[in-house]
Amino acid sequence: MSMTSTQQETQTRSWWRQNQQRITPWLFLAPGLLMFIIYVIWPIFSSFRLSFFEYDGLGEKVWLGLANYQELFSDRAFKTSLRNNVIWLLMYMLAVPAGLFIAIFLNQTVMGIRIYKSLFFFPFVISQVVVGLMFAWFYAPNFGLFYKVIEFFTGKGIAVLADPHLATYGIIAAGLWPQIAYCMILYLTGLNNVAPDQIEAARLDGAKGLKMLWYVVLPQLRPATFIAVVVTVIGALRSFDLVSIMTNGGPFGSTRVLSYYMYEQALSEYGYRMGYGAAIAVVLFAIMMVFISGFIWKMVRDEREGN
Amino acid sequence: MFPRPIQQASAPARALYKTALPIALFLWLFPLLGVAVTSLRPASDLAMGNYFGMPSDIAWGNYLEIFTNSPIGQYIFNSFKVTIPTVIGTLILSTMTGFALGIYRFRANLLVFFMFVAGNFVPFQILMVPVRDLTYGLGLYNTTGGLALFHIAFQTGFCTLFMRNFIAALPRELIEAARVEGVAEWKIFWYIVLPLMRPAIAALAVLVFTFIWNDFFWATVLTTSASTQPVTAGLSSLNGQWIAQWHLVSAGSIIAALPPVLMFFLMQKHFIAGLTLGAVK
Repeated sequence: MSMTSTQQETQTRSWWRQNQQRITPWLFLAPGLLMFIIYVIWPIFSSFRLSFFEYDGLGEKVWLGLANYQELFSDRAFKTSLRNNVIWLLMYMLAVPAGLFIAIFLNQTVMGIRIYKSLFFFPFVISQVVVGLMFAWFYAPNFGLFYKVIEFFTGKGIAVLADPHLATYGIIAAGLWPQIAYCMILYLTGLNNVAPDQIEAARLDGAKGLKMLWYVVLPQLRPATFIAVVVTVIGALRSFDLVSIMTNGGPFGSTRVLSYYMYEQALSEYGYRMGYGAAIAVVLFAIMMVFISGFIWKMVRDEREGN
Repeated sequence: MFPRPIQQASAPARALYKTALPIALFLWLFPLLGVAVTSLRPASDLAMGNYFGMPSDIAWGNYLEIFTNSPIGQYIFNSFKVTIPTVIGTLILSTMTGFALGIYRFRANLLVFFMFVAGNFVPFQILMVPVRDLTYGLGLYNTTGGLALFHIAFQTGFCTLFMRNFIAALPRELIEAARVEGVAEWKIFWYIVLPLMRPAIAALAVLVFTFIWNDFFWATVLTTSASTQPVTAGLSSLNGQWIAQWHLVSAGSIIAALPPVLMFFLMQKHFIAGLTLGAVK
């Protein structure tokens, strides 16, 4: 009796010993993977499904087929949002060269430069809600500094956030502030690691200034540029906070972007059209997917080469 | 070094650089300085149109007023109630996933890894309705716990990317040697890998703290009342009540920004190490 039980014990033990290497990673993955699947992966599919229904968040879901998507085609607010997203993407890209410019400006070793670097980075640490409030104050009609400065030079102030043609650009400027700081810190780190011998060699060959930057420095900064572009694209497409804080999509819906319009349709006082909201989210997801697959493709390639 | 060190430049160029630095910084931080000054301006100054001149007095009372006449203290407390559990939960989950993906070679490894990476990039709106329904179903809608739970899951994606790359760069011989000695796998995790991960854990703790503290979207989607809303969402609703009372809006903004700012200055090295991961080869 006792003999068989010890035998069994050694058997399970040796089974564990043999399979330990195979099982352990899955045990370690289980909690995180489970949470991630429940809260991130499954909801993506669930939203796709929802976009074919009419749903107010409480009642029954009613099957609509492609009707939500058909409605998008004739929805002017959707077109405005989509156009604004394109503007955001293009304008946001300015953060990459601007960040590089400031990084080059600050890449010196004078007294106190460390404090300068961290103070330049400062805007990134602040919540976008606070950034939005700051810029709203900056643009405020009649007394905002920006208004005053324009008034001083042209005799007539501009209320940026009340002007349907300018409001989006005003919000993007606010968003660029922390984004430039982020790109700057990426490039500062990159510049810190540029191989000094190559720079010296190029200097001996007579390279300097922009030529040096373009042919010698930038190729070495490629990893920093890649990450700067990735975070800037994502930042541009995620623009929700600033629009919500600064204009609520107005004036006359001119500053809506897809992320904000989706929220408006699905959850705000304008109505609980969650199916329609999901269809907008699917479009935004599809746009993001174009970029994500590009990034992932590059990362997988690097990973394969690395091994 | 690029650009050429300023020390090698001519004397006027050096002087120019040294004057340009503070001017550039002043312009760069101008919106922030403006808000900081406004937060200390008496309401009477604003009423009289003194927006940019010297404040007639330093009004610490603005800060007192927002704490006594608005729930901002509660909002701050709620933010901590969301942020701290999220930091702890995310770190526990992602050290484990990072260990699994960084140490073991198995067929689904890259697939799982890139699922975490890709999930991290998706727009929040595609998760919004299902996550809200799920939180509702769990009875956690409009609670700080429900918000924290979502944040833990989502941030695990980003942190797994970071942890896995960090662990994969550790010397493999350490682990191989332990295996030859017959050390159990969980002991390898606990006694060998975990102590080496301290810098990664510190970097992620600061980053996740800042991200979650500053989150606005999920706070508005998953919480609705002053007793549960974090300070970002709270500030947004206070902004609606304090129309044109810029001294109060400014004071509230400064208070809301303070914790991540302190965190950044205290843990700057870790913060930047976390953000710039991958910026160097």
